Amino acid sequence: MTTAGVAPHAGSVLAYDIPWVDFVIPLVVKMLVIALLVPLSALVLGYLFLKLLAHMQSRLGPMEAGGFHGWAQLIADGLKFMQKEDVIPEAADKPAFAMAPAFVLVSVVLVMITIPFGPSLNVIDIDAQVFMALAVASIGTIGVLLAGWSSANKYSLMGGFRAAGQLMAYELPLLLSIVAVVMMAQTMNMQGIISAQGGFELFGTIPIPYVVPQFVAFAVFIVAAQAELSQAPFDMPFAESELVSGYATEYTGFRYLFFFIAEFASNFTMAAIGAVLFLGGWWLPWVPDGVLEVIGPFVLVAKILFLVFVFLWMRSTYPRLREDQLQRFAWKWLIPISLVNIGITGVLKVVW
Amino acid sequence: MAGITSAEVSAQARVAAHMADVGVAVELETPEMTLNIGPQHPSTHGVFRLVARVEGEKIEDVEPVIGYMHRGYEKLCEVRTYPQITTLVNRIDWLSGYANEIPFILAAERLMGIEAPPRVQYIRTILTEMARIATFLAFLGVYGIEIGAITPIFHAFRDRERVLDLIESVTGGRFHPNFNRVGGLLDDLPAGFLAETAVAMDAVKRVCDDLEDLILGNDIFRERTVGVGVIPLERGLACGVSGANIRASGCTVDIRRDEPYLAYPELDFDVVTDTRGDCFARAWCRLQETREAVRIIEGACKALPAGPFMAKVPKVIQVPPGEVYQRAEGPLGEMGFYLVSRGGRIPYRVKIRTPSFSNVSILPWLLEGTYMADLIAIVGSLYFILGDVDR
Repeated sequence: MTTAGVAPHAGSVLAYDIPWVDFVIPLVVKMLVIALLVPLSALVLGYLFLKLLAHMQSRLGPMEAGGFHGWAQLIADGLKFMQKEDVIPEAADKPAFAMAPAFVLVSVVLVMITIPFGPSLNVIDIDAQVFMALAVASIGTIGVLLAGWSSANKYSLMGGFRAAGQLMAYELPLLLSIVAVVMMAQTMNMQGIISAQGGFELFGTIPIPYVVPQFVAFAVFIVAAQAELSQAPFDMPFAESELVSGYATEYTGFRYLFFFIAEFASNFTMAAIGAVLFLGGWWLPWVPDGVLEVIGPFVLVAKILFLVFVFLWMRSTYPRLREDQLQRFAWKWLIPISLVNIGITGVLKVVW
Repeated sequence: MAGITSAEVSAQARVAAHMADVGVAVELETPEMTLNIGPQHPSTHGVFRLVARVEGEKIEDVEPVIGYMHRGYEKLCEVRTYPQITTLVNRIDWLSGYANEIPFILAAERLMGIEAPPRVQYIRTILTEMARIATFLAFLGVYGIEIGAITPIFHAFRDRERVLDLIESVTGGRFHPNFNRVGGLLDDLPAGFLAETAVAMDAVKRVCDDLEDLILGNDIFRERTVGVGVIPLERGLACGVSGANIRASGCTVDIRRDEPYLAYPELDFDVVTDTRGDCFARAWCRLQETREAVRIIEGACKALPAGPFMAKVPKVIQVPPGEVYQRAEGPLGEMGFYLVSRGGRIPYRVKIRTPSFSNVSILPWLLEGTYMADLIAIVGSLYFILGDVDR
């Protein structure tokens, strides 16, 4: 027994030199940036979504909040959600109900940390980076299922089941379309994939990103990502005209805001994965690395916005598929196509 | 066995014995769920309720519950004078107010032996067809929403607004014109109406093309609607289904052509029919009928005769004793008024035959064994207005 107040092995802890400059401070900064980036990306994309949708539908969209073209609309919406009463239904499974939105949001945050924003701007740089991005992206499914189950609402339950079936079915084509890219780059590290795209040259002179040689995988990726994001034509989990609001039916106030942020932030992260794997991420042809250090994040965001535009364009145009048609589409079309694509990629990889 | 009382054990045993008795595997059985779709549900067009027994997403049976919008118009008509009744009847199908007035006013005129002047007949035709366009454009937009496409509704409503503006410029009301009088109209057309109509009709034609591309031509829309909710002709006729719903099942009935009224016999139009009888055919028929309505309006504007907008009628409308059934082809189907008069200023009895009431009567048969997603597609494609169901 030692005297109170003195740790038994105090000496060994004090002897360990905490790497403030190398590890702790960068870690805290990175955490803060990511924590800000998630709601910020949701704000920007949410606003773009409102405006884009409005102009595609011959409307103006928000015009009042904040003065110039309603730029503060989403901020006002967020504040409104925070003020609202947090209603938890009487019959709900309360801990699960309260926890579900956090699961969805945490999954988005975890995906966000895998995205490299510049030649040396990355939170983590690990070998299985692509694998990790996809693995943590599917944590959100748990939150959706929890929300659907714990709400004690029949529409929520149906929405939750639909979401579970859909997210699982489309995880596979998403993964398989990425496998072809990983085969071409021969690495699962995202920085490695980006630099492999920088070195991939058509006719030995024109550097091109993987969207050109892997256009089949890119198409499969876009469709599967749209389904993973539960957007039209794959928005059955919400399906307003059928299920009121799907698994989010019973949610109000802050918890609903979590779903809302997660919806648009996951749009951002999914587009970021697509931009890194198929469009070359922060990389631009013929631009020296020193310049890319500065403009890299902007290049990446521009590519992300392009993909988000494609997602939202599809979302505003198409009607909704039926649940069985959705499953048939995944298992009979997308998965065989991406498997064949993997085979062809492998053969060509060996030939060249 | 701690925590389980003997009563619970015996209850479990009784359930198990019952299950074994009827040969149901207890583990594999999914309990059925009763789902109340409506009255507060985004897709029920007002206050309508479907009590559905569902197994997963499959619908075992469904019972429509109507009556939420019952306003007692048939009874109210018995204590109103004839000119007052038009105010009531244009609230029956609230999307096409003007078209509701036509069968009632024609019935009253028939009983009184009055024939409205030709100019009145043409103006009534034009306004009825405008109400039809407004209703069908609303259908094409809303049906897109029900199938999951969020964009078409705005395009459809944008140009529907032009048509409503025209109706307003003539009658002063967008939805409830109350413009008809026994023997004629409240007023003549405003100046510049024909020119504005020509512009608006071009816009309607354009939006029809757009909607055909955007919704009816979409592969996903076809996947969702072709072969879904097929109404066989005999079944449809047995349930009294009318309008585009029955024409999509191959029945070439159109009161405008079969029992000519207003200026229809002098105007050129086709009766649109289809033989498939599914949701797609119903939507397609309505799109084509919108185009036919444009044709009718353009023809009527060209042939619009000059003359008075009111026949010679007594100051106080007194209808001689008698009874008459007058029907007309409303946007939703056959709308008819059975008018019984015992003389005097108010009718003795008014029976209103509304198309939507008969159209929803086929729902339990049509929805049995379908899926939740199809339910919305089918209910939407029948296109009923709750005010028209309940009166």
